Amino acid sequence: MAKLTKKDVEKIANLARIEITEKEKNKYSAELTEILGYVEKLNKVDTKNVSETSQVTGLENVYREDAATEATQVDKDKNKNREKLLKNAPAEKNGYIKTRAVLE
Amino acid sequence: MLKLINFSIKEISEKLDKKEISSVELTKEVFSNIKKIEPKIKAFISLMEKEALEQAKESDKRRANGKKLSAIDGIPISIKDIFCTKDIKTTAGSNMLGDFIPPYDATVVKRIKDAGAVIIGKNNMDAWAHGSSTENSDFFTTHNPWDLERVPGGSSGGSAAAVASGMGFASIGTDTGGSIRQPAAFCGVTGLKPTYGRNSRYGVIAMASSLDCPGVFARSSEDVAILLEIVCGHDLLDSTTVPSKKFKTQNLNVKSSSKFKVQNLKLGLPKEYFGKGLDPKIKEKIMEAVEIYKKMGAKIVEISLPNTDYALAAYYIIQPAEVSSNLARFDGIKYGFSVEKADSKQLSVNSLIDVYMKSRARGFGDEAKRRIMIGTYVLSAGYYDAYYKKAMKVRTLVCRDFNDAFKKVDVIITPTTPTTAFKIGEKSQDPLEMYLSDVYTVSANIAGIPGVSIPVESINNLPVGMQILGPQFSEEMILDISHEYQKITHHHQKVPNLE
Repeated sequence: MAKLTKKDVEKIANLARIEITEKEKNKYSAELTEILGYVEKLNKVDTKNVSETSQVTGLENVYREDAATEATQVDKDKNKNREKLLKNAPAEKNGYIKTRAVLE
Repeated sequence: MLKLINFSIKEISEKLDKKEISSVELTKEVFSNIKKIEPKIKAFISLMEKEALEQAKESDKRRANGKKLSAIDGIPISIKDIFCTKDIKTTAGSNMLGDFIPPYDATVVKRIKDAGAVIIGKNNMDAWAHGSSTENSDFFTTHNPWDLERVPGGSSGGSAAAVASGMGFASIGTDTGGSIRQPAAFCGVTGLKPTYGRNSRYGVIAMASSLDCPGVFARSSEDVAILLEIVCGHDLLDSTTVPSKKFKTQNLNVKSSSKFKVQNLKLGLPKEYFGKGLDPKIKEKIMEAVEIYKKMGAKIVEISLPNTDYALAAYYIIQPAEVSSNLARFDGIKYGFSVEKADSKQLSVNSLIDVYMKSRARGFGDEAKRRIMIGTYVLSAGYYDAYYKKAMKVRTLVCRDFNDAFKKVDVIITPTTPTTAFKIGEKSQDPLEMYLSDVYTVSANIAGIPGVSIPVESINNLPVGMQILGPQFSEEMILDISHEYQKITHHHQKVPNLE
């Protein structure tokens, strides 16, 4: 059975971009090991020659016209929408969402 | 005045048509009920009394002018706080979205509004719909109206508790692994998880996109059908909605003059759902309900769904995998909780990556973090094949189980949950134990089939749910079958004593 060590948890948390404390590393190491131990029962299932299912109703490649359509679920006034979206952002400057430097 | 919560949507709609009551009076009564009951139940994150009364006034005007919009015009209903509502705070039960105000409506919400319903508020839920009790709500826990020390189920626990205690006539929820059916069972109401793709997911804060299904809570299957007809159908904004499939209440046998013939039906009882882990008293109550169908002339057939045990394990790989990807968008930059709004010096936020890591650490609760990490792990290089790909193959086997079963029987009857509502705090310290409470409901999401939970006879005043599962797009049949039961029983009309 896979055991997730503190080091594994650290690596996963970093991949998931979540800062965690030493105490949390211990806690998640135990909890995630238990959950993974449970799902590993799938190893007992024979899936040779079984294909994967990702879409259950069988729809594939849904197309639409490559044309702009009027959004019906928002305000007609585009400036008002922009204002509302910016209001949800933590920081803005000159009508844009402000972020820290991506390249340093 | 009459105690209006004892009436169905259909009956109330008739009263509104006959001007025996106005929508404003109805809405006022619902809010006076809320004022008495809500402090005990805590089913709502937001209440919208002012807006609701305005909508009710408009509805009354429409009726007076003979311009009624639909069967739910003027009827007060609530909405799980996972559906975006334009200019109204939408939190998904999370601190991360504690102040989020969407500039648009979810398609389902738009359809409800276009039908003239009065929206009374947004229901509490486990944060991000992760949970089976509402104890994972980042704000507070909802209480079960039948026993305030017990959970209402989850994740749509606020919706189920609101409907059960007469705070609105229906509620819109979502079901990813049982989040409508399980709380419906715990609170003694009727809850439908439709076929995947029957209802639009546009504007629903995503949990696991290949499993998420918006659906409906009401007191009876008849009311559920009325709501479903309004919210369902193809949506250009959600390419997984299925265009060719229509649900119409007029196709329901209960609506047509011909008597619905249960005696022509075969009902399957899967042995895997009646074995170890099931409370024997629940088994007894379900078998009593099955006996009623038998008396109507239905054939009862024992069947097997051999991969049932594996469906839950596959679910706890596929679902967190999709969760980790859907919750990746919460980065502290565009919207949602951000350390940029807090004291960033004190938290030593010095770079872009600090913004991501620290905002997510503080914005997400424990359960969301667990699922994000499990999902990240099963999708990561070296583990993808062993976990995720394997689970997707098992998904195929679960679908096959149902396809084979539906060659032998018309519908499948099971208990909705292995136990009645558990006590608040009983399972919250053990995440895996909580996951296991979804055992009878997740398979329907894995296979994309519809399922309804209806109340049967209670045990010690705690509701028990019976689940009826049908093939994809068989909502008309399963609602007809549950209606037949509700025509001759009264369990769905029982109301908790909250005086």
